[in-house]
Amino acid sequence: MRNFAAILEREVKSYFLSPLAYVVIFFFLAVSGIFFYLILSNFVEMSLRATMQAQMYRMMPPKLNVNMMAIRPMLHNMALFALFFLPLVTMKLYAEEKKTGTIELLMTSPVTDSQVMLGKYTAALVLYTVMLALTFVYMIFLFIYGKPELGPILSGYLGLFLLGGAYLAFGLFFSSLTENQIIAAASTFAFILLFWAIGWVSGFVSASVGRVLEYFSLIEHFDDFAKGVIDTKHIVFYLSFIFMGLFLTYISIQSARWRGAK
Amino acid sequence: MIEVKHLSRNFGAVQAIQDISFEVQKGEIVGFLGPNGAGKTTTMRILTGYIPATSGTAKVAGFDVQEQSLEVRKRIGYMPENPPVYADMTVDQYLNFVAKIKGVDGKVRKSKVDEAMEKVGITDVGKRLIKHLSKGYRQRVGLAQALVHDPEVLILDEPTIGLDPKQIREVRTLIKGLAGQHTVILSTHILPEVSMTCQRVIIINKGKVVAEDTPDNLTARLAGNERLVMEVEGPADAVTQTLQAVPGVQNISVDRANGDGRIQLTVESSAGTDLRKELARTVVNNGWGLLELRPVEMSLEDVFLHLVTEEEEVAN
Ligand SMILES: Nc1ncnc2c1ncn2[C@@H]1O[C@H](COP(=O)(O)OP(=O)(O)OP(=O)(O)O)[C@@H](O)[C@H]1O
Ligand SMILES: [Mg+2]
Repeated sequence: MRNFAAILEREVKSYFLSPLAYVVIFFFLAVSGIFFYLILSNFVEMSLRATMQAQMYRMMPPKLNVNMMAIRPMLHNMALFALFFLPLVTMKLYAEEKKTGTIELLMTSPVTDSQVMLGKYTAALVLYTVMLALTFVYMIFLFIYGKPELGPILSGYLGLFLLGGAYLAFGLFFSSLTENQIIAAASTFAFILLFWAIGWVSGFVSASVGRVLEYFSLIEHFDDFAKGVIDTKHIVFYLSFIFMGLFLTYISIQSARWRGAK
Repeated sequence: MIEVKHLSRNFGAVQAIQDISFEVQKGEIVGFLGPNGAGKTTTMRILTGYIPATSGTAKVAGFDVQEQSLEVRKRIGYMPENPPVYADMTVDQYLNFVAKIKGVDGKVRKSKVDEAMEKVGITDVGKRLIKHLSKGYRQRVGLAQALVHDPEVLILDEPTIGLDPKQIREVRTLIKGLAGQHTVILSTHILPEVSMTCQRVIIINKGKVVAEDTPDNLTARLAGNERLVMEVEGPADAVTQTLQAVPGVQNISVDRANGDGRIQLTVESSAGTDLRKELARTVVNNGWGLLELRPVEMSLEDVFLHLVTEEEEVAN
């Protein structure tokens, strides 16, 4: 536990000592903010128009659902932006240490490979949590000007956390394969994109294959969270994905030891 | 304290070390001497638990490096060839982190870190970022890192590489001072380095232990004569007499005189001389045929050929 905490602490500090964390946080917030603004102004315009129409026909103004029409698309957008930014968060975790040789310190110290791995992974989760927490400020606006339901927002954030956790686990894996951070980030991005898009082709294949592909699609499991439904099957899916990423990372570290590669 | 038996390690088709065995007693300083690619780093990496051996066993303080790796790692301070430092940390932060993962208790951590910094003389740069330090200071931080948990065994891979002569002297003095309290293995390809710091030398070449001795005995062995093998086409008597007269030649023996006019000779000269040019010129000027001229490959001499055997600047 102490070893895990030591690794975690060093990684988190190192994130916030480097400009990378601030750049990632800044652009993630900026892009999310822009889309939040666009979606919200679109929603406001639509509800104004609907209210005017209702008045023309002397009907009750309709109640447009802010959760369904603004928050849900917003959550989906953030899931997409995370896909672009999280590979940048994990790329250095192993690759940099392999390049500079500090991995030799960690791997010859009385800490286990899993303590190192979990420390690094948790550090990435911490940074991601900070990113998500800051976007929560946007949601607070909604409460100032309207009455959205809190439940779907919270479940959406839980979904984002799990989805991002899956990105990060595989980001860690790809970082453990190379000493080149760019390659680590690019492979992570390509891999996650594949598992995003895998469901899209389901219309072109037979129904049973389509269902399997959809099951493996990362984003397919997210929609329920964005709608406010917390279903254990989705949680299990993401946790298995995370577990798989960490497992592969562990194997990759062990294999590097056997091969004598850095 | 360290017990290595029949250790081998392959990297694919490359046999980095083959059947290495040696022992190191408690408190000894042992030098690991060998040219580039000899397998020094590979052996050290197996001892420190960084990579497993392909076959053979190694024990440190009674623990098997493979089976009880964590126990071994607790007792070893290791300085890899390149100091494993985090450039974005200050020296204090870095050593504190290392102390933590080496299992130094929170209560004594600060004093252990200070002690290590004092030993290697970096107390005044504690607040500096490691990336702003000179190569020499970085090397010392690497050494402090190996010392911080006061390990029984120190494994230092080329501890003086990249330092200037003054720093080299300081680091060597430092290492010498560690004798007794720690068991030290250090690797180097510099002969005077082992003479100055080590009580015993293990010479490895091409993955094998070729000699094990005290530095003094080794230096004496190095002073042995140079030997060249020649094959010449010409009259045996005339050739030996003429070559004997070449300045520097101490002894000539005829190994083989074939009936076809070819003779094989061994030419000895004093250590450190290279008479090949002179000998070749003499043979050719006399109109004989020079068929072969090469140094004798004695295992140890072969090794010494690739070692740094003199260090003018550092000697004081
Ligand atoms: N990870 C690796 N993969 C493949 N070959 C390796 C690896 N590490 C070492 N070798 C090979 O093993 C042999 C021994 O290397 P090693 O690094 O142990 O030598 P060394 O004595 O430390 O040399 P130097 O003085 O250059 O540091 C060399 O031929 C080297 O190329
Ligand atoms: Mg080496």
